[in-house]
Amino acid sequence: MASHSAVLSMSKIISPFWGGRLGNTVKVFGTTLTSRRNKTLHAPPPAKYGGRHTVTLIPGDGIGPELLTHVREVFRFSCVPVDFEVVHVNSAVETEDDINNAITAIRRNGVALKGNIETKHTMPPSVKSRNNLLRTSLDLFANVMHCQSLPGVQTRHKNIDIMIIRENTEGEYSSLEHESVSGVVESLKIITRNNSLRIADYAFQLAREKGRRRVTAVHKANIISGDGLFLQCCREVASGYPDITFDSMIVDNTTMQLVSKPQQFDVMVMPNLYGNVVSNVCAGLVGGPGLVPGANYGRDYAVFETATRNTGKSIADRNIANPTAMLLASCMMLDHLKLNDYASLIRNAVLTTMNETRLHTADIGGQGTTSEVVQSVMRVIQSKGQLISEI
Amino acid sequence: TESYIRSVSSCGHLYVYKYMQTVTLIPGDGIGPEISAAVMKIFEAAKAPIRWEERNVTAIKGPGGRWMIPPDAKESMDRSKIGLKGPLKTPIAAGHPSMNLLLRKTFDLYANVRPCVSIEGYKTPYTDVNLVTIRENTEGEYSGIEHVIVDGVVQSIKLITEEASRRIAEYAFEYARNNQRNSVTAVHKANIMRMSDGLFLRKCREVAENYKDIKFTEMYLDTVCLNMVQDPTQFDVLVMPNLYGDILSDLCAGLIGGLGVTPSGNIGANGVAIFESVHGTAPDIAGMDLANPTALLLSAVMMLRHMGLHDHGNKIQAACFDTIRDKKVLTKDLGGNSKCSEFTDEICRRVKDLE
Repeated sequence: MASHSAVLSMSKIISPFWGGRLGNTVKVFGTTLTSRRNKTLHAPPPAKYGGRHTVTLIPGDGIGPELLTHVREVFRFSCVPVDFEVVHVNSAVETEDDINNAITAIRRNGVALKGNIETKHTMPPSVKSRNNLLRTSLDLFANVMHCQSLPGVQTRHKNIDIMIIRENTEGEYSSLEHESVSGVVESLKIITRNNSLRIADYAFQLAREKGRRRVTAVHKANIISGDGLFLQCCREVASGYPDITFDSMIVDNTTMQLVSKPQQFDVMVMPNLYGNVVSNVCAGLVGGPGLVPGANYGRDYAVFETATRNTGKSIADRNIANPTAMLLASCMMLDHLKLNDYASLIRNAVLTTMNETRLHTADIGGQGTTSEVVQSVMRVIQSKGQLISEI
Repeated sequence: TESYIRSVSSCGHLYVYKYMQTVTLIPGDGIGPEISAAVMKIFEAAKAPIRWEERNVTAIKGPGGRWMIPPDAKESMDRSKIGLKGPLKTPIAAGHPSMNLLLRKTFDLYANVRPCVSIEGYKTPYTDVNLVTIRENTEGEYSGIEHVIVDGVVQSIKLITEEASRRIAEYAFEYARNNQRNSVTAVHKANIMRMSDGLFLRKCREVAENYKDIKFTEMYLDTVCLNMVQDPTQFDVLVMPNLYGDILSDLCAGLIGGLGVTPSGNIGANGVAIFESVHGTAPDIAGMDLANPTALLLSAVMMLRHMGLHDHGNKIQAACFDTIRDKKVLTKDLGGNSKCSEFTDEICRRVKDLE
């Protein structure tokens, strides 16, 4: 294989100078090289010591802290071998020290679970969204969201199963704005070929991995030529996946179709802003912001959160928030860490509570409190007690 | 505005006559002519005081090489100030911009207004929708300023100006006041686009100060989308910049049944207003008497209300909704198998009955 020959030729170059001393290092380095080339979509992170993973936890604002506390409670109860490194980010200060600390922690651990950090309007425009800074600094280029109708939740539309892959770093979220003339503000939307190819490739690979049949690109290329570039890149990538059907749809038609016939969509890929709109519409269609988990994947890092990224300030600290989205996000994280058994255990418990016990919080029409739902989840986990000792 | 002739008869009684109001009618392409004919027929049955002036808008090259609409169309619009437009074909590789864009630029149509009201009898998963989207139509993401910086990097510029933001906010509040709406919600993404949407929001807040009788709220675009598909009844009047408006107005149209039943109006500076159906030209059914004139009819009703002719507007709308609710005579897209002419005649019959 090419990689092996690279290692061999490297050791041939280095060994005349340093004999066998660096030989081992080269072999180790060489192995890393090969594993990089064979890297699958989600590579396990390195922060593992003594069999326990370390994950960065960013509580955020609003309902974030309480939901993440519940996640830790469930993890502790289920003996999940994950330790959390908590990093607080204060949204009320103008300096970027807090968010930079969080970014460093994530670079160290490779994986994070976070609540949404509020962007206060009272701050001057130079203070950028902390969440956005995190995504762009860590180059978390793919936002993946899987919207599925849950049998236990009453919605207007049934049988929805849509995967949304949204470009997460550029587009309208470049945060490049200036006031050229007083009273005239320009905001730049950047679309690049590299990022478009990257996200399209990610989308098709994921579709193939999950056995999905169709990928739809959402755009507004008739008006905005940046989207024309995006569409072109998607088409190029699509030609390399003949087993998957590719089509495209203009974003306004997409939203119209979503509210009338959402069952027609399979996998959707799109630039940043349309992703924001479409993911929120889909989350609303399957039951609301409390149900859907989201993941942000980069080449080296992964950050998990709720899909619609709400701070939920109005329902904070009232024990009424729906913990489902955050718990399912933590299960996605466990899958990413290859702790699949624990992930399935917790996920099944959450879905059982949702669909069989029908213990619902207010946002989906029930009267349960957050703690009641979490207690129920833990009860289901306990009833599967055998499994924990086997893991 | 209406004009009256006051005349005193020989016996001293005061009579007031309404003048016929001129409206420039642009039938459009495809099914345009047949649905325009349907609307004219219904208006005649309702005895609406409208005199139609039909004009064509195909782009022509004026002096100086600039594309423009035909001068007789422009002259008619400038005189009548009110227009009703059917669907226009978007030319591909014709060398000139879309006609809608040309019209927008010619008359400075800065506000696009779409009232979305659930149609009783045309069932969708969403009932009791009653909201209005007001979209800034001149700038924002559709300013058309784009560059290829280096090969493989495209930059589009979104332009937000104080003037345009103030103008659309003022229109939104005026509309709310004139149409007895309770609240106006500004839709934005100022958490990400701090300066541009921040400016838009600031202007909305400033204008809200002068309209204390109307409740003003702000909501993120994603939150609006999320809540809209769960409970659209919580929304009243929504005001927003161009792109969000494009997406949201189509989303709301989808809630009530699609573009075939959604009215739309474009308000310009200098009192010009053009009302239009926003669906396509449907070339596959053109000329076959199968088209559904509801969208154009409801836009015409919007037009009547704009002109102050509320009685006629309400009558025609009631006749239209009753026909749809009755389900006996419906065009194919509404679930029936009647012809366009049959649907039109049924509405005319009901309008006459409502006299």
